[in-house]
Amino acid sequence: MLTYAIKRIALAVVILFTVMLAMFAMVFLVPGDPASLALGPRATPALKAELIQRMGLDQPVPVQVWNFFSNAAHGNFGYDVWSKRPVLDQILEVFPNTLFLGAVALGWALVLGVALGCLAVVWRGTFIDTVLGILSVSMIAVPSFVIALYSLLIFAVWLNWLPAVGAGTPGDWGSQIRAVILPAFAIGVTWVGYLARLVRASMLEVMGAPHIRTARAFGLSETRIVTHYALRLAIIPTIAILAVGFGAILSSAVFVETVFSRPGIGTLVTAAVSKRNYPVVMGTTLFMTAFYLFVVTAADLLIARLDPRVRDVFRG
Amino acid sequence: MSSVADAAVPPVARAASAGALWRLMSDPMGAGGAVIVVSFVLLALFAPWVAPYDPLKLDVLNKLQGPSLAHLAGTDQLGRDTLSRLIWGSRTALGISLTATGVAGAIGLVLGLIAGYGPRWLDGALVLVFDSLSSLPMILFALAVITVLGPGTTTLILVIVLVSIPGYARLIRAQTLTLKTADFVQAERSMGASVPRILGRHLLPNVVGPLVIVLSMDVPVVIMLEAGLSYLNLGVRPPTPSWGNILYDGYNSLRQQPTLVIAAGVPLVLSTIGFTFLGEGLRDALDPRLQVRPR
Repeated sequence: MLTYAIKRIALAVVILFTVMLAMFAMVFLVPGDPASLALGPRATPALKAELIQRMGLDQPVPVQVWNFFSNAAHGNFGYDVWSKRPVLDQILEVFPNTLFLGAVALGWALVLGVALGCLAVVWRGTFIDTVLGILSVSMIAVPSFVIALYSLLIFAVWLNWLPAVGAGTPGDWGSQIRAVILPAFAIGVTWVGYLARLVRASMLEVMGAPHIRTARAFGLSETRIVTHYALRLAIIPTIAILAVGFGAILSSAVFVETVFSRPGIGTLVTAAVSKRNYPVVMGTTLFMTAFYLFVVTAADLLIARLDPRVRDVFRG
Repeated sequence: MSSVADAAVPPVARAASAGALWRLMSDPMGAGGAVIVVSFVLLALFAPWVAPYDPLKLDVLNKLQGPSLAHLAGTDQLGRDTLSRLIWGSRTALGISLTATGVAGAIGLVLGLIAGYGPRWLDGALVLVFDSLSSLPMILFALAVITVLGPGTTTLILVIVLVSIPGYARLIRAQTLTLKTADFVQAERSMGASVPRILGRHLLPNVVGPLVIVLSMDVPVVIMLEAGLSYLNLGVRPPTPSWGNILYDGYNSLRQQPTLVIAAGVPLVLSTIGFTFLGEGLRDALDPRLQVRPR
């Protein structure tokens, strides 16, 4: 288990390093330097020179690479081109919002998705199973920001039940929960579909196992077999897909946060992209990649802990 | 690409693909998806003849109208006919998504074959690159590239190609690795077949099937990404009609005239559902064991 953990963590570090190098290389591939691109064609030379100096672009490339890595390792992700605030401060300010949104979205999707998956297994081969199948594929297919726009129109504009913009007032849990409902609904729909299908598929594989046959021979009800014996095994692939799906959640969060003008990683980074605010885009990408790698690695280790077969298979 | 595949597929496999088409059309989901997709393709191809108005023609006096006989889906904030813009938008959506997935599939195919069949050091290097690229959350990578290159249709296609290649290359690599040691490939090699012959005539026809399935299942994801980035004004630039930027116009006039946002969502939802159903149907008909991960 320890060897497996070390290998897995080392791999994550190597990948993070490669990503950082690629990010850095990308800035050098652009025609023109990031400072003039950020400031636009009408910037005065003095302003440009100041920004170039502030971003450290006047130093030799190897020095820049070294600074970039050592600063990032010390938690210094550079400074916003416009507000001159540290990028990390801005990220940490809005990150909890995105995390909360993602957690609520995944939470309700997990409950409903697993329930629908179990239902499809209990009623497998019947009309209900077919309907649930078509329903989950449709849920996967519908873009989350269209759901966001439609639910914004119905529940915020027409019915006026829930707030249309923002993330609620800090410290006021009631308003924060009211503000998270619609965005979390929009993001979660896709996941209900994914999880229902995944749980159904992995459970059907388990249903042929000897211990299920034994349970059936003991005369346990089908519902009890599904919820108590099959689900335990079938949940393992679900954990794996949840971790991998974090990237997908973030994608929908970028669009959904914009629809609801909700402060978060998505709104932070899209605003920075349109203003060509390099340090913010690079810092956010780096931060989220590191977080994503952490989640995926942690999930892999958790799965290896739950399922010894996985760590036996892992050889180099 | 299809002519290469046709030439290389043995008669038995060709009969099997005729059976696959039959299986696809007899599955209600697959058939429904195929009908929707074909309709959208026709709509995109014949947009200039189908659209009732010029999608760029302004008519400010009739701005933000609701549905009427003259404008079935109403008009936008500049008085342009929404239905015509949505029909032209299908050209944008399909053009970008089919081009991008096609190019990414071709590059992924070549890189995957190289990684799977080439020397081990090259395989290791390519796998590290693929792993790193796919551990970047897709959207952030896309946004980073857009920051560097500036938004626009070309950037959009490039971004989609870049984020899609690793997945396809990994799929092809895995298939190549298992086939490499198969008896028929070993036999061919022992008879002195050249590497291009083994790759082109024996591996390619066998790995292309799963790739086509995954490509078809990715088209709706790409349509969503195109619309999403155009919604953020980081993809297709106005005035070129795209479902994404029409949705954005609709969002801005949500309180005065909700018709625009409602109408713009319909083709987007229909097409992504259509392509997903078709992809699912193809998967069930050709290779039911293939696993597809969320992106």
